[in-house]
Amino acid sequence: MASDRIFGLVVLFVALAYIASATQIQTSFLADPVGPKAFPMLIGAVAALSALVLIVKPDPDPDWPASRTFGALLIAVIVLVGYAYALKPFGFILPTAVAAGILSYQISPRPRAAALSGIGLSAGLFVLFKFALGLGLVAWPKGWIG
Amino acid sequence: MDILSNLAMGFGIALSPYTLMLAVIGCFLGTIIGALPGLGPSNGVAILIPLTFTMGLDATSALVLMTSVYYGAMYGGRISSILLNIPGDEPALMTTLDGYPMAKQGRAGDALVLSGVASFVGAFLATVGLMLLAPLLARVAYLFGPAEYFALYLLAFCTLGGMASNNQAKSAIASAIGLGIAMIGVDNNSGMPRLTGGNLHLMDGVDFLVAIVGLFAIAEVFFFIESHGKGSSIGVKLEKVTIPWADIMATKWTMLRASFVGFIAGILPGAGASLGSFLAYMTEKSIAGEKGGFGTGTPRGVAAPEAGNNAAAGGALVPMLTLGVPGSGTTAVLLALLMTLNITPGPTLFTDRPEVVWGLIASLLIANVVLLLMNVPMVKVFVRVLQVPPWVLLPGVTMISFVGIYSLSGSYFDLLLMVGFGALGYVLRKLDVPTVPVILGILLGGNMEDALRRAMVLSDGDATYLFSTPISVGLWVAAILGFVAPMFLRGVLRKPQRVTD
Repeated sequence: MASDRIFGLVVLFVALAYIASATQIQTSFLADPVGPKAFPMLIGAVAALSALVLIVKPDPDPDWPASRTFGALLIAVIVLVGYAYALKPFGFILPTAVAAGILSYQISPRPRAAALSGIGLSAGLFVLFKFALGLGLVAWPKGWIG
Repeated sequence: MDILSNLAMGFGIALSPYTLMLAVIGCFLGTIIGALPGLGPSNGVAILIPLTFTMGLDATSALVLMTSVYYGAMYGGRISSILLNIPGDEPALMTTLDGYPMAKQGRAGDALVLSGVASFVGAFLATVGLMLLAPLLARVAYLFGPAEYFALYLLAFCTLGGMASNNQAKSAIASAIGLGIAMIGVDNNSGMPRLTGGNLHLMDGVDFLVAIVGLFAIAEVFFFIESHGKGSSIGVKLEKVTIPWADIMATKWTMLRASFVGFIAGILPGAGASLGSFLAYMTEKSIAGEKGGFGTGTPRGVAAPEAGNNAAAGGALVPMLTLGVPGSGTTAVLLALLMTLNITPGPTLFTDRPEVVWGLIASLLIANVVLLLMNVPMVKVFVRVLQVPPWVLLPGVTMISFVGIYSLSGSYFDLLLMVGFGALGYVLRKLDVPTVPVILGILLGGNMEDALRRAMVLSDGDATYLFSTPISVGLWVAAILGFVAPMFLRGVLRKPQRVTD
């Protein structure tokens, strides 16, 4: 019950904010009868209406995982965000090995297996992408090669 | 005999040694993707699109490769359903109902071969149906103006929301999220940026591939972290594999009926393969009656959903190719593929680029035969693939997704967006909000708005123009019915739950 209500409230606020920012869209002199504002506002209205329905008539709660699992999920998200930033400056192999290893550890907590699968995946995928598929990947940080 | 000459042209394109090799590779990859729990046709095709794009394949080769993967994944989904009681993808859920009990009786090999044959029959008949029906529908589609297209897009969202989810409000929210995201970026008509929040990365809008890979593939990783990869290793051993001729002959009418039902379900915009396999199973169950033994491991219960599922996969291509409106999540991903290759589906596709359409149809037929030949003798190889542990598989999938998206634009921003979509997908699926309407919204949002605005330009702002022709009125009625009717049918159409031991 509660999760659907919270979700409904979040959607409602986002929808209202969306409508509000849609009213700020600049119209140009090439105006058509509908204009660039109407459709986004319509979408926002549909979402807001559905959110209200959800708040009034929520479904039963799903099984949320324990807070420790939430921690693991959060770590996974942080690792992926870090990986996204690291891919360009640090090359492919190092960040991939670290990120894949941590993800593997989150799914099955065995350090040795996780480390091995991280290194294996990193090396294997690099060979696959670089030589079999011919993608232009940079292996190591730029400074190392000079 | 237009069809035959067109088909000959299609085969001329699709039968070169190179494309044939691509078809074989695609079928093999697809079956593996479908068989692996947690990787279905949608996310399998999704993570491969950016890669094929960067490999620089031409349109026909890329289409052949990806449709082979698509059909292959449809085949592969049954393997984990039967052996592990875990549907490899959503439409394969119905196959677990009789497939897993049959495997527990020691007939795993029979069930696998039988379902392979049923898949072949369903997919083959659906491809024939596609050949006959699509050109006709393409001719009707010429009558569609912007008002009709707007109503058609609405119909797709309504039926998808009505049938594919358990709560109309939630699917409406999902569609609104997708449509709302599609609005971001520079407006086509006025050339002004919309809803970008001043962020330069958002000026081009959100790439639908980023959203698809995030919502399907990255979200799946989060689910595996939540479950710690549990429930993926217990399974039934596969002994000797022989061809169960008796079962195949006994189920031939079942396969034909299920293919027909599945094909019809696939054509309905927004319904797709899950509904196809569900309806096919339910029809056969009610024909067999109480004595049919459905749910206890009867061969007919294995053949029906598999034929229905694959027929629906073919049927879903009819509205996708002729109208540009996908019938299911996976066809939405295929539509994304076409759009990436700069092919605009619609009635003009059949006259302007017949080589694409008929090459695609020919490659579907080829993929189908390759899959049947591959699946019967090599089923043991695919079963071995199931033993890849999730703690290697899922990080691998993540890294492939990252490289794919990164190679598209080379920007870290798309990667961040993808992770964001992954988290969104996790929360949405937890809350039982369907994610397919989000994808559909992102794919079709621009077209839907264009249709509305063009209709209003034509009528000079008169809203009644939207309901001015019989076709558009019919589509509006169907859309409203498709959205409202399932509320009352929910008791009747309740999905059966998975068998638990």
